[in-house]
Amino acid sequence: MTQTLTEAEIKKSTKQDLFESPDFYGIDDLLTEEHILIRNSVRDFVKKEISPIIEDCAERNIFPEYLVPEFGKLGLLGPTVSTDYNPNGGLDYISYGLMMQEIERGDSGMRSTVSVQGSLVMFPIYTFGSEEQKKKYLPKLASGEYLGCFGLTEPNHGSNPSGMESRLEDKGDHYVLNGAKMWITNSPKADIAVVWAKNDEGRILGVIVERGMEGFSAPTIHDKWSLRASVTGELVFNDVKIPKENVLPGVSGLKGPLNCLDSARYGISWGAIGVAMDCYDTARRYALERKQFGKPIAGFQLIQKKLAEMLTEITKAQLISWRLGVLKNEGKATTAQISLAKRNNIEIAMNTAREARQILGGMGITQEYSIMRHMMNLESVVTYEGTHDIHLLILGHEITGIQAFR
Amino acid sequence: MKILVCITHVPDTTSKITFTNDNTELDKGGLQFVIGPYDDYALARAVEIKEQLGGTVTALNVGQQETEPTIRKALAIGADDAIRIDAEPTDAYFVAQQIAEVAKAENYDLIMMGRESSDYNGGQVHGMVGEMLGIPSLSPVMKLDIDKGVAKMAREIEGGKEYLEASLPLVLGCQEPIAEWKIPNMRGIMGARKKPLKVITPTNNDTLTTPESYELPAPRTDVKLIDADNTAELVSLLKNEAKVI
Ligand SMILES: Cc1cc2nc3c(=O)[nH]c(=O)nc-3n(C[C@H](O)[C@H](O)[C@H](O)COP(=O)(O)OP(=O)(O)OC[C@H]3O[C@@H](n4cnc5c(N)ncnc54)[C@H](O)[C@@H]3O)c2cc1C
Ligand SMILES: Cc1cc2nc3c(=O)[nH]c(=O)nc-3n(C[C@H](O)[C@H](O)[C@H](O)COP(=O)(O)OP(=O)(O)OC[C@H]3O[C@@H](n4cnc5c(N)ncnc54)[C@H](O)[C@@H]3O)c2cc1C
Repeated sequence: MTQTLTEAEIKKSTKQDLFESPDFYGIDDLLTEEHILIRNSVRDFVKKEISPIIEDCAERNIFPEYLVPEFGKLGLLGPTVSTDYNPNGGLDYISYGLMMQEIERGDSGMRSTVSVQGSLVMFPIYTFGSEEQKKKYLPKLASGEYLGCFGLTEPNHGSNPSGMESRLEDKGDHYVLNGAKMWITNSPKADIAVVWAKNDEGRILGVIVERGMEGFSAPTIHDKWSLRASVTGELVFNDVKIPKENVLPGVSGLKGPLNCLDSARYGISWGAIGVAMDCYDTARRYALERKQFGKPIAGFQLIQKKLAEMLTEITKAQLISWRLGVLKNEGKATTAQISLAKRNNIEIAMNTAREARQILGGMGITQEYSIMRHMMNLESVVTYEGTHDIHLLILGHEITGIQAFR
Repeated sequence: MKILVCITHVPDTTSKITFTNDNTELDKGGLQFVIGPYDDYALARAVEIKEQLGGTVTALNVGQQETEPTIRKALAIGADDAIRIDAEPTDAYFVAQQIAEVAKAENYDLIMMGRESSDYNGGQVHGMVGEMLGIPSLSPVMKLDIDKGVAKMAREIEGGKEYLEASLPLVLGCQEPIAEWKIPNMRGIMGARKKPLKVITPTNNDTLTTPESYELPAPRTDVKLIDADNTAELVSLLKNEAKVI
């Protein structure tokens, strides 16, 4: 099961994390001085706090919960929320993307914790919440005092959330929530859950459910082979009494959760670049050091082809996400554009991880290197927030105007 | 407490260093620059002392415009304002004169520096500044607490540590573990541009040294494995090849 040990109980690796990111097309020139400092600061944080513990956490299935307030201190939680509710907020979407790139470079599970909190919990409260809700929850979520989760997926409704069965029954002065959510990142440890359920008229509403409310439980999903440093669980609602002021007043219908997912998926497109960069950087270093047949394996054409293709794909992915970030800053990025970025960048990250792992030969399967952990993590990343194929169908719909989902 | 922290703008410690112009100049192409590692410790401790006792931290650099992102990082970490003396830092004496000139007018309680720069590793500027100001200078300081105008310090000495006290004002060259490096948070980063960064012209330009040339350390060679029974070969290699015995 996922354990939550204290910092002292986690084994620290003494191996130095030497990661350097490729910037083949001088994308740094498209960034501001602040963007670069944000990127470098998050990278320093990852090298100091995540890299030394992550192999042990992944191996022993430990969620390093003590890092959540540290994420808050650095300003990784909800950076695009305004400074009225988050002293570290007010940042643009390129800053947010660069943060996701760096955290996911460390581990996709850690990035999942951070992006659920920012894009799936703080974003809906900030965008659709009442002033009271914003004041009550956002500062605590920003500092990491509270951990949040997002409940959309159900046991019988994953790719098709509009079929959801969770019900929100109006009882006059309050609602009663019944149903179950499945595959929920952070849920067993969360203080609050933003949950999507249908009201008496069949409209989807968002409600804030607090830990400790009667009839609410959040059991852990055990034995994952992926995102092992992140905790995943269910949300079970048995006649949970929900005060009316816990409903998000600003939205109804599927566009509520889909808006949140747009923001998170955008961040994931950057996160995937981080994983690809880490695998590429590891493979490049290894290929230069490892000798076979009397010379470094980097000197063989087949290895060079792998490295050249990785760099090509990373560079294309960087340009996609950077441009998408500019569109997001201008409020112009569409769902289909975000689908393209998420889908493409995860695919190239998966391919990069596989090729990089092969460059390392036998060493590639060990915990000495991050590649195999990244590979296993990506299996979740390619599935959640819309599967690879669902994003293809979104693009297909965009191109042809014909829906092929049903 | 009024604290001045002098920071250098140096190539990242993992950078690959090369020289140009007949080995008399550093090739800056493709280098990433950071706050000097020892200066970063000094800055971190200065910010902690300010948080504890109140006061201000001013970051100072002698350098040209290209150093401003590095200075702004010091502001992001917690300095209140900054000064850039607009000149190429040509040698330790030149730099020390510039720092002393500013310090004379400002009466800092503490002037904190790194034990040495990580580019030219002179370890001289703090001593010179102390001398120019007529106040004590100490280095390398690895622990610092301020109690009622008195600095309590630990200094690294050959084979041990020295514990000592001195009254302010002081010039200190610092090293780890005086504090842990600080990573600036998002609020600090976004606020850095709003803090004052004063650019002043250098007062005079005495440079007492000129580098003749630089030489890189020899690349590391492969290890040689010698059988545990074969001490004769080991001794012979150490004597004739490595020339260490
Ligand atoms: C580690 C992890 C964390 C998660 N965290 C969260 C979370 O925090 N909150 C949350 O709400 N959810 C979360 N999820 C759930 C995730 O979003 C769903 O798993 C995902 O949407 C897919 O749903 P499903 O697993 O039910 O698969 P299904 O929808 O059953 O899909 C199975 C397969 O069928 C394919 N398929 C489905 N419909 C079609 C179609 N029309 N045409 C062609 N192919 C189709 C899919 O592409 C997929 O390959 C998480 C999942 C994982 C693994
Ligand atoms: C572009 C460039 C050109 C140079 N040209 C020459 C040259 O021609 N000849 C030569 O001898 N040296 C040259 N230098 C070296 C440079 O002058 C030294 O790094 C500097 O003078 C400090 O000397 P040092 O190594 O003795 O510093 P140290 O005495 O080792 O530094 C101790 C501490 O003093 C402070 N300090 C040092 N330098 C500065 C600074 N510039 N601004 C603020 N605080 C500082 C820091 O806190 C540092 O940790 C050059 C450096 C640069 C970047």
